[in-house]
Amino acid sequence: MTPKERMAIPPQAMPEQDAKARAHNMNEVALGYTAEMAKTEASRCMQCPTKPCMQGCPVAINIPGFLAKAAAGDFAGALKIIRETSLLPAVCGRVCPQEKQCQKFCTMGKLMKDADKAVAIGRVERFCADLARESGTEEPVACAPKTGKKIAVIGSGPASITCAADCAKAGHSVTMFEAFHKCGGVLVYGIPEFRLPKEIVRHEIDGLRSIGVEIDTNFVVGRTRRLKDLMEKDGFDAVFVGTGAGLPKFMDIEGENLNGVFSANEYLTRANLMKAYLDGEAATPFWHGKKVAVLGGGNVAMDASRMALRLGAEKVYLIYRRSEAEMPARREEVHHAKEEGVEFHMLENAKRILGDDKGFVSGIECLRYELGEPDASGRRSPVAIAGSEFTLDVDTVVVAVGNASNPLIPATTEGLEVNKRGNIVVDPETNMTSIPGVFAGGDIVLGAATVILAMGEGRKAAAGINAYLSK
Amino acid sequence: MQLMNRIISKKQLSENVFRMEIEAPLIAGERKPGQFIILMVDEELGERIPLTIADADTGRGTITIIFQTVGATTMKLARKEVGDSLPAVLGPLGRPTSIRGLNGEKPGRVVCVGGGIGVAPMHPIAQALKAAGNEVTIIMGARNVGLFVMKEEMEKIAGDRLILVTDDGSSGRKGLVTDPLKELCEAGAVDEVIAIGPPIMMKFCALATKPYGVKTVASLNTIMIDGTGMCGGCRVSVGGKTKFVCVDGPEFDAHEVDWDLMLKRMGAFKPQESAAREHACNLFKGI
Repeated sequence: MTPKERMAIPPQAMPEQDAKARAHNMNEVALGYTAEMAKTEASRCMQCPTKPCMQGCPVAINIPGFLAKAAAGDFAGALKIIRETSLLPAVCGRVCPQEKQCQKFCTMGKLMKDADKAVAIGRVERFCADLARESGTEEPVACAPKTGKKIAVIGSGPASITCAADCAKAGHSVTMFEAFHKCGGVLVYGIPEFRLPKEIVRHEIDGLRSIGVEIDTNFVVGRTRRLKDLMEKDGFDAVFVGTGAGLPKFMDIEGENLNGVFSANEYLTRANLMKAYLDGEAATPFWHGKKVAVLGGGNVAMDASRMALRLGAEKVYLIYRRSEAEMPARREEVHHAKEEGVEFHMLENAKRILGDDKGFVSGIECLRYELGEPDASGRRSPVAIAGSEFTLDVDTVVVAVGNASNPLIPATTEGLEVNKRGNIVVDPETNMTSIPGVFAGGDIVLGAATVILAMGEGRKAAAGINAYLSK
Repeated sequence: MQLMNRIISKKQLSENVFRMEIEAPLIAGERKPGQFIILMVDEELGERIPLTIADADTGRGTITIIFQTVGATTMKLARKEVGDSLPAVLGPLGRPTSIRGLNGEKPGRVVCVGGGIGVAPMHPIAQALKAAGNEVTIIMGARNVGLFVMKEEMEKIAGDRLILVTDDGSSGRKGLVTDPLKELCEAGAVDEVIAIGPPIMMKFCALATKPYGVKTVASLNTIMIDGTGMCGGCRVSVGGKTKFVCVDGPEFDAHEVDWDLMLKRMGAFKPQESAAREHACNLFKGI
């Protein structure tokens, strides 16, 4: 096919649930391509010899390679190529910010002068992974002969899942420790069912079990057992710390401790992990907000806003102090949130939260902002407009302004070096920490980042562990 | 390392209060006075509730909890029998108590005030205080004589320095725990107070000791989900700063805690909790 012919192929839209209907159910919003759509979309790839898309992928998936297979209808072959560098394609195909990664560099998007018309790499990736999972045709994972070495993996989010899988494949005995009663970390407590079905996460965890990874839930390393005891008393030869960025930030404004103010972590954990949305069935109570303000502009803010709608909110205001262009959320999530009825309040920020005499939220006072000079992040910094205060009538406020790293392991592990933000310091080549044999990766090292970056870190750490143990 | 969480023994202490010994060797080995656990009775649809540790036996690998059936989950827990396993027991959580005599401060005269089942978590703390060379006075308060828990254990620690107080005078003094507490402070016989019980009791203990400038610590039992600092649902205001009870506490300077805020926050889910309790009551009535 000539480039011109490829350009003539229409971009394949993602089939989705109707916006009005889906705003009131928990089912997945994006329904996934058909095989025909996946083939058509994949055939839009120009097969550029320079492979610019790959430089946008944090784990450098051979994108033109797998798209060529998919275009030929060889989805198993495509998946095999993806799996060379990515462990969680069904997850990443859904949650990666592709428009900032691979698709940002796509030649097709550039030729069409519209980044939204880049090849939908993530959607094809998702299709390949879903097809194999649903048809039960995934290739069995081959593990090297047993090395006799024991690895402890702390946490069960994307970094830990990847590290555990790679270590098990290398022949080590792996035990994964999770503080919650279910595995998956942010994939189960944070990202909602309507964006990432939990069945997919369960499938990945089952996959770990099938290659011999032992899983201890309800086990909080640092408290149930200290990290050093795992090595000194329990015989683990190496430890991977993938405990994530689980310490919610608040705004530090008046009224933040009123009833009806939640961290996004709490709001989403109640709904997702504790299944509070099954009203009357789940024991964890849920907060039935009718008018909800969500503070923030990232994916978590989108998830919380859309969850609020699904739990019966009549009004959901998304309040973000910059403009939409600066929002860190995936473009698709922003688009979905708007379609479902979330009201976007850009260039506004909460000044204080108002309460009634019983301590419940009764409103939120905001300030309007304008964009000033670029700040350290390169984004134009928001500047408050003096005297622009106004009040929104709300009964619920969800704070989704990010997470700091969870301090539990550093606080209970002597000699583990952290930086001033509390992130564990690692050797960039091997991901080994200041303690020999202890490795770390994911958000606990990077600060709050993305699933695919965490996965890449887990993979790098596993390579570091293998090298360390073969010395 | 499979954690069985099997119930080894169970005893009903009063109409609504139960004592359970649970197999949890790692928690038994690691726990220190002041720490707590989070447990679930049903892993799929259950809730996570924090409960304090009343005792532990490292030889048997067990921990003891004492709980009151105040909500749907504790009602379900009370129906579990010896030999049953709990699907989730997480711990020990929170910072251990800073024990006078071991924390750099000289041993002294410490008054432990336990209200209702707040006596249970006080037990290991009082034990440790005694072992560290403090003179330990224990004030136990309850609505009536039938609601005292761990009286013998506390007597063993405090001897004749055990003061019983009941609302109705059915045992010990009639009145409130703050009455003897104030008298002791008035006599200048107190270096430190630790209070554990209903928030309203802890609030009034703090108010009682404040005029005397006696260091007072309270152990807070707020609503929690994860217990590891991830959700922030347990936040309280201490000295004007927001703190997470699960990781910064559970013990705080009682004079610095914003008690009114905490009391309000404890009521955040009252309607839902009442409905769930009623539902559980009706469910169990028929059995």
